[in-house]
Amino acid sequence: MNYLDQFQDRNVVRGLADRIAQLTAGRAAPMTFMEVCGTHTMAISRYGIRSILPSQVRLISGPGCPVCVTPNSYIDRAVAMCRIPGIIITTFGDMMRVPGSSSSLMEQRAKGADIRTVYSPLDAMALAAKNRDRQVVFLGVGFETTAPAIAGSILTAARQGLDNYFVLASHKVMPKPMEILAADPELKIDGYICPAHVSAIIGGNAYRPLVENQHVPCVVTGFEPTDIMQGVEMLVRQVLEGVSRVEIQYSRVVSWDGNKKAQEIIAQVFTPCDAQWRGMGTIPGTGLEINDAYAAFDAQKAIPVEVEELQEHAGCLCGEILKGKIAPSDCPLFGTTCTPEAPVGACMVSSEGSCAAAYKYMN
Amino acid sequence: MCVGVPMRVVSIEDGNAVAEIDGVKREASLMLLADEVQVGDFIIVHAGFAISRLDEEDARETIAMMREAFAPEDMA
Ligand code: SF4
Repeated sequence: MNYLDQFQDRNVVRGLADRIAQLTAGRAAPMTFMEVCGTHTMAISRYGIRSILPSQVRLISGPGCPVCVTPNSYIDRAVAMCRIPGIIITTFGDMMRVPGSSSSLMEQRAKGADIRTVYSPLDAMALAAKNRDRQVVFLGVGFETTAPAIAGSILTAARQGLDNYFVLASHKVMPKPMEILAADPELKIDGYICPAHVSAIIGGNAYRPLVENQHVPCVVTGFEPTDIMQGVEMLVRQVLEGVSRVEIQYSRVVSWDGNKKAQEIIAQVFTPCDAQWRGMGTIPGTGLEINDAYAAFDAQKAIPVEVEELQEHAGCLCGEILKGKIAPSDCPLFGTTCTPEAPVGACMVSSEGSCAAAYKYMN
Repeated sequence: MCVGVPMRVVSIEDGNAVAEIDGVKREASLMLLADEVQVGDFIIVHAGFAISRLDEEDARETIAMMREAFAPEDMA
């Protein structure tokens, strides 16, 4: 029995599944749809969505887990920083156990480093206000949903004259990597389940260049099983009609223009930069760095450290997972050497990682 | 970490809301919402910031799903 059987809307979901099956009946080649949002990854596994879709529809996960796409070099820098006496590192919980080249923040904390998990960058800021003699660094990772929160914390710190609050920024922005993957002939992506809350910030219009350049259908989709099934149906219909356009299934939260205020706040504090994505290398213009006006809050500039030499984890195929080229079960370490208790790669650590989601709902 | 949670606003002071879901109260900055948010409204809270407003009926459905789908630690 999959989890869906307990869900209140199961009849609606089954109805949608039947309709998708009718629409795609008799097709020789499957349609491949990619989602690029950790919460979708979790929800799809949780509800066993794959098992109720016909074999003509294949769902794959892309680079949607912010912790997973963060390269080892970033963890290594955080590890180096936490060894500075007097420093306090603050982070979202997911980052704690991600293995860097030779250590993780969890390991460093066990050795005595002052590392605290927080729920919001505002909590990190409050900690800085309470400990004026300490340097408090927040690990700023995430996509467009998180970037305005971090920018907001920097603006607030500036207003309050807090000179001991810093952000180690490694934000990434979305539509561009989707465009690169859509152009990959090996993947043959027929449509995107576009991220829900990223889109709440950037708006449906942000996917227009992707649609125009790659002719790939895009549907901004919510997180409930009914949302996901409806999003898939909208994608199927576009494929059958031979069209590609942006549609918003999740209109109760997402508008075409997005959250303008949040966009302004991002632009006030950050400037676009090249970003390194685990598995995808450096992609121009897909990162956000703190701009000159707020450079005093940039941990990378304000707190120089020597970072160890980069090492990748032998055998971990996270990079291929994040590009959607393989499924977690294709990795020889999956579930044997690599488990949530003893993760080898980032995709097994974060609750939003494809490997962690696949492991948790394996049966 | 990217899970955004719908919560109901119970009070507002200085651009900060106190929002509630399942008896758990959290502060949420309203800095990212240009439109007026009022007590009783539902907002989606991500990392301590309200990122979007949604109407009550939609919010109730979403909350029901989140409750079923995610463990409390995911929703924090
Ligand atoms: S199962 Fe583990 S080792 Fe394999 S790709 Fe996933 S995280 Fe890496």
